[in-house]
Amino acid sequence: MQEESVFFVRGEMINPRSAPSSQSGAVKWLRDNLFSGWMNSILTVLGFAFVVYVIHESLPWLMNGVWRANSLAECRAIIEASAGPGAEGACWALIRERWHQFLFGFYPPEEYWRPVLAFALMFVALAPVLYSDNRRSMLIMVGGVGVLLFLAMIALDGSVGHIAFTVVVMAAMLALAYAAPSKLFWVTLLFPAIGFYLLWGGSVWGPIGALVGFGIVAAAYMLLQNRLGVVVSTGLGFVLACLWWLFVQTQVTTALHDAMPIGLPGVDSDQFGGFLLAFVIGVAAIAGSLPIGILLALGRRSDMLLVKTLCVGFIEFIRGVPLITMLFTASLLLQYFLPPQTNFDLILRVIILVTLFASAYIAEVIRGGLAALPRGQTEAADSLGLDYWQAQRLIIMPQALKISIPGIVSSFIGLFKDTTLVAFVGLFDPLQGITKIVRADINWKGVYWEPYLFVGAIFFVFCFGMSRYSMYLENKLKTDHR
Amino acid sequence: MADQTARKMEVSDEVAIQITNMNKWYGTFHVLRDIDMTVQRGERIVICGPSGSGKSTLIRCINRLEEHQQGHIIVDGTELTSDLKNIDKVRSEVGMVFQHFNLFPHLTILENLTLAPIWVRKTPKREAEEVAMHYLGKVKIPEQAHKYPGQLSGGQQQRVAIARSLCMKPRIMLFDEPTSALDPEMIKEVLDTMIELAEEGMTMLCVTHEMGFAQAVANRVIFMDQGQIVEQNEPKEFFNNPKSERTKLFLSQILGH
Repeated sequence: MQEESVFFVRGEMINPRSAPSSQSGAVKWLRDNLFSGWMNSILTVLGFAFVVYVIHESLPWLMNGVWRANSLAECRAIIEASAGPGAEGACWALIRERWHQFLFGFYPPEEYWRPVLAFALMFVALAPVLYSDNRRSMLIMVGGVGVLLFLAMIALDGSVGHIAFTVVVMAAMLALAYAAPSKLFWVTLLFPAIGFYLLWGGSVWGPIGALVGFGIVAAAYMLLQNRLGVVVSTGLGFVLACLWWLFVQTQVTTALHDAMPIGLPGVDSDQFGGFLLAFVIGVAAIAGSLPIGILLALGRRSDMLLVKTLCVGFIEFIRGVPLITMLFTASLLLQYFLPPQTNFDLILRVIILVTLFASAYIAEVIRGGLAALPRGQTEAADSLGLDYWQAQRLIIMPQALKISIPGIVSSFIGLFKDTTLVAFVGLFDPLQGITKIVRADINWKGVYWEPYLFVGAIFFVFCFGMSRYSMYLENKLKTDHR
Repeated sequence: MADQTARKMEVSDEVAIQITNMNKWYGTFHVLRDIDMTVQRGERIVICGPSGSGKSTLIRCINRLEEHQQGHIIVDGTELTSDLKNIDKVRSEVGMVFQHFNLFPHLTILENLTLAPIWVRKTPKREAEEVAMHYLGKVKIPEQAHKYPGQLSGGQQQRVAIARSLCMKPRIMLFDEPTSALDPEMIKEVLDTMIELAEEGMTMLCVTHEMGFAQAVANRVIFMDQGQIVEQNEPKEFFNNPKSERTKLFLSQILGH
C-alpha cells in the first residue's frame, strides 16, 4: 500500500447551493407521502376506496334530505315522490321544527334574547383571556360576535326594544375594546354575575349581593396582603365574605329589592335544557376548574404535610369515583347535608360537582407540567428574592401551563362532552334528554340519525374550535426555538 | 497582570459574610463539615476542589438555596435562619449565577432583567428598563434585549444571567461553576465580564476550575475536599507552593495536561 500525505488545506469555503429539482414539487410530495413503498401504495389505494365507498353510500341519503314536512311519514312520502320508490333520505324537517328545543330546552320563547345575549357576552368576556395582548383579534372577535348577535336577534325576536338593547350593549363593548382593551378584563370578571342574571332573571340585587362578597375578598387582600401575606389575607377575606353571604346578604338584598324592585322575569332551572344547559355547566365548570386545579397541583407539591395530604386525598378520591356517582350525589345526597328548607338549585349543585371533578384531572395535568420544569427555574427565582407566590405566578405557572396546554384542553373538551351525562339526574341535556323527548313525539317516531347528527355536529364545532385555539396558543407561546 | 489588578482592587475591613462552625447533612450524608470562613467586603474568592467536595453546596448555603443544620451564616449582618423575611432580604442582596444559566425562557432578555427589580424592589418599569439596558451594555449585548434566551448562544446567555443578577444591585455575587457548561470559545467572554466585575470591587465567591481566572483576580483560593476546607492561600502561593498532599494531587491532575 502506498503511503499518502495527510496534508490538506482548503483554499476557499464552499457556499451553499440550491437543492436538485427532485427535492421539491408535487411529484416528490406524492412519492414521499402516498407511494413511498409497496405497503404504503396498497394502503393509499385502500384508503381512497374506503372514502369513495362511504361517500357513495351516504351521499344519496344526504342529498335526498327534506327540510319542509310536518311528520316523518310526510318526509318519506316526499322522498319517494322525488327520488323514486325505495329511496332513502334524511328528514331534516325534524330539526327545522324542534331546533329551539335542542338549543334552549323549555326556556320561555319570549325570553330567548337573554341566553343569546349571554352567549354573545361570553365571547366578549373571553376575548381578553384568549387574545391577551392582541387588540386587533379582540376587536375582530367582539365585532364579529356583535354582528352575529344582531342577525340572531332579528331572526329570533321581533321585539324592537330587545334588539335595540343588545345593539347598544354590543356597541358599548366594541367601543370599550377599541378605546381601552385592558378594561375589557372587567367584563370577564363580572361576566359570571351578568350571565347568571340574564339566564335566571329575578331581582338584580341577588347577583349584586353575591358580587359584593367577592369585593370583600378583594378588599381584604389589598389591605392586608402586605402585612399578613397572600394566604392569610385571602383566607380572612374569604371568611368575611362567607359571613356576608350567609347572614347579611339576604336581608340587604331583600331590603334593596323592596325599595327598588328592578329585575327580569325569573326562569326556573327545570326550564333549562339542550345546548343552553350544556354551555352553562360546561363554561362554568371550565372557568372554575382551572384555578382550583392550579391550587391543587401546587398543594400536591407542597412541603407542608397537611396541605399535601388534603390535596392528594381530594384528587385521588375524585378521580376514583365515576362522574355519574358524583352527579347522583349532587341531585340526592347533597340535599341531606344542607340545612332543611334550603332550596339549592340543582343546576348549581351539578356545576359545583362537575367543577370539582374536572379540577382533580386538571390538577394532575398541571402537575405533569410542573414536574417537567427544571429545578433551576425555581432556584433562579428564589435567588432573585421573589417570594413563593411571585415565583409561582411569574416564573413557574406560565411555563408549566404552557407545557400542559394540550392536556388541559383535552380535559376541557372531555368535560364539555361529559355535560351530556346530566341526563342521568333528570336534566335535559341535548343528546339524551331532548332527543328522547323529540323522538317520543308521535309525528317523528322512528327518526334515528338526524337528531344525533345535528347534536353531534354542534358538539364537534365547539370542541374542534377549542382544539384549534389550543394549537394557536401553543404556537404563540413558543419562545424556545424561534 | 495579576499584580496590577490586585493593587487596583481594595479589600476593606468590613465583614461581608461570616460563617462559623457550619455543618450540613443531606439525610445522613455529612456534606459540609465544620466550615469556618470570613469574607471581607471586596474580596474575590475562588473555591475549587474535586466533584462532590461540597463547594457548590457551600455557596448555595450562603443564599439559603440549601439549608444548613448547625452553625451560623451571617450575610451583611443578617443571620440566615428559617425566617422567610430574612431569607428574602439576603437573597435580594446576594446575586447568584448558575452553571446552566437558568434564564426564564418564556420572557425576553429585557423582561428577564427587569422582573426582579419591578416585583421585589418595586422599581418603576421605565427605570428598571434603563438600568437593565445599562447592564446589558456592560456585558456587551444590548442589541439582544428583545430576543428570547433560546435564541442566544451559551456565552451570551451566561452574560445575560450575570446582568440579571447585577440589576438587583447586589453587594455580593456568587458564581456556581459559571463556565462549566460552555464551549471553549465562549468561556473567555464570560470570564472577561467577571474580571471586569472584580475590578470594580464587587465581593465575589466563585466556584470554578478556571485556574487562570483564579490567578488573575482572586485574592484567596480555597481548596475543598470531602466537605471540608483543606487549604486556603493567596493564589500565587496556592499554585506554586501547595502545602497539603491532597492539594498537590488535585493541582497536578487539573494542571497536568
